[in-house]
Amino acid sequence: MKVLLVGESRDGKLLEYSYELFGFASQLGAETAMVLIGNDAALPSYGGTVYLADAGKYGEYNPDLHKRLVQAAVEREKPDYVVFMHTSYGWDLAPRVAALLKAPQVSEVVALAEGGFERPCCSQKMRQVVRPVGGPVVLTLQGGAFPALVPGGAPLKQTLEVAGEGRTEFLGYEAAVRKGVDLTRAEIIVSAGRGVGKKENLPVIAELAKVLGGEVGASRPVVDSGWMEAGAQVGVTGQTVSPKLYVACGISGAIQHLAGMKKSGFIVAINKDKDAPIGEVADVLVVADVMQFVPALTAKLAK
Amino acid sequence: MKILVCVKQVPDMESRFRPDAAGVWYAETDLAFRVNEYDEYAIEQAVLLKEQLGGEPEITLLSVGPDRVVEAIKKGLAMGADRAVHVRDPAAHLKDPFQIASIIAAYAKGEGFDVIFTGMQSLDRGSTQVGVAVAEALGYPCATTVVAFEYADGTVTVKRELEGGVKGTVRLKTPALVTCQLGLNQPRYPTLPNIMKAKKKEVAVIPVEQLLQEEARLVLAQFSAPAKKGGGVVLEGEVADQVDRLIGILKDKTAVLR
Repeated sequence: MKVLLVGESRDGKLLEYSYELFGFASQLGAETAMVLIGNDAALPSYGGTVYLADAGKYGEYNPDLHKRLVQAAVEREKPDYVVFMHTSYGWDLAPRVAALLKAPQVSEVVALAEGGFERPCCSQKMRQVVRPVGGPVVLTLQGGAFPALVPGGAPLKQTLEVAGEGRTEFLGYEAAVRKGVDLTRAEIIVSAGRGVGKKENLPVIAELAKVLGGEVGASRPVVDSGWMEAGAQVGVTGQTVSPKLYVACGISGAIQHLAGMKKSGFIVAINKDKDAPIGEVADVLVVADVMQFVPALTAKLAK
Repeated sequence: MKILVCVKQVPDMESRFRPDAAGVWYAETDLAFRVNEYDEYAIEQAVLLKEQLGGEPEITLLSVGPDRVVEAIKKGLAMGADRAVHVRDPAAHLKDPFQIASIIAAYAKGEGFDVIFTGMQSLDRGSTQVGVAVAEALGYPCATTVVAFEYADGTVTVKRELEGGVKGTVRLKTPALVTCQLGLNQPRYPTLPNIMKAKKKEVAVIPVEQLLQEEARLVLAQFSAPAKKGGGVVLEGEVADQVDRLIGILKDKTAVLR
């Protein structure tokens, strides 16, 4: 069995999570090759074949050309699987490659399963097993599902070229906005989620943070609704935190949020829904309405 | 200008999900359905574009699914879409993302849509494939995970949300498709007069057989709850009791309570 891994580079560097692709290939027990649109500095520490296309020429975001570059590597390598990370690059490019190859695609794979691949559904609350028909099969992998593996060694570089131009013009990156409190240094964080109900209820969260001597964070829906500043957002698109204590108030636990806080020392989640995915990472799950439980907790702690 | 918005109806995610009789997807009994959250941003962006252009564009809303999806269609019409297409498919949940995209593309082909909006994913299936696959089938350029959208003179300029809070700015010429990320705009609540008006708008019904020509590339084999990994403590019962037990645990297991 053979897999073609699609690496990812940004600003001339290999993105670290590309090594999770090797971790997946190793679980599958497959031979590997990688395709990367990047440059020499972005080559992985890997002694196998890397099909390298020059990002200076093809751009770091140019899906029309990138899909054909991946296709060119597929034609040379004839893999059983073409594997991406389930990232803004992977979920954008993988369906285009699948369309070109007329291939089935399984998105956000979290595990190998008998007769197929296991993936999350229903906002991470449930799992499904999906069996692809025919091949090659395109996969994207959920970040963190397969431990990273650095094979080591110097790549055997093969240069990839395609002709033509893309229809999307990439105008550049915009750096993350970092306003407000630096949550990455906080020892205690109390975060508000959608379960808080409305903006007017936020002081209840702030009160708890104050009694505990911590900072206030937020989940994405709270920021999207304009209840709190973007600077307070914890998660993949916000800040990645690891306080000694993290209290998630009414946060269901989208994978993007979990990735930003699951390394916290101790996690308390307060949620009405006993099956909420936040329960997967919580040391203590309090099954309760935030607006009933949090004021009671604050009052008791203040004594 | 002609605008298409693709909308899916999904269950409330706070529901308890149970496998259906075949054991491959959720049973619909006891579930409350609503418009997929990502698609609400898609509808809103279409309506904002129509308003920007002085009301000239016509917005068509499309939804694939059983009869219940008419409720989602009504909401979209009340938010400001002009007309709707209901591709009636009682077994839409068994179609794979590629087939759903093929159905949408088969409808859109020849309709000459200038801009197509979809959500970046659905809350239930979450494949993140359908929007891109529609664009590929139609030969439209496409940008995904969009958190800012501008239109001027046949050019769409968007910001894509990348990891770590970084954004990437991308420009496309219409016809184009964009997939909408949460936070792109503030989806409006339909007003009562607009809900009344929506009742008079056209909803064309097309049986799925007329549009589906592709075989499935994925087979659903199993649907289940994830195996519980963590050995976390679950506190249920009376609030006062929960508070005492939590404080006890925090004193025991952490050094944060003095």
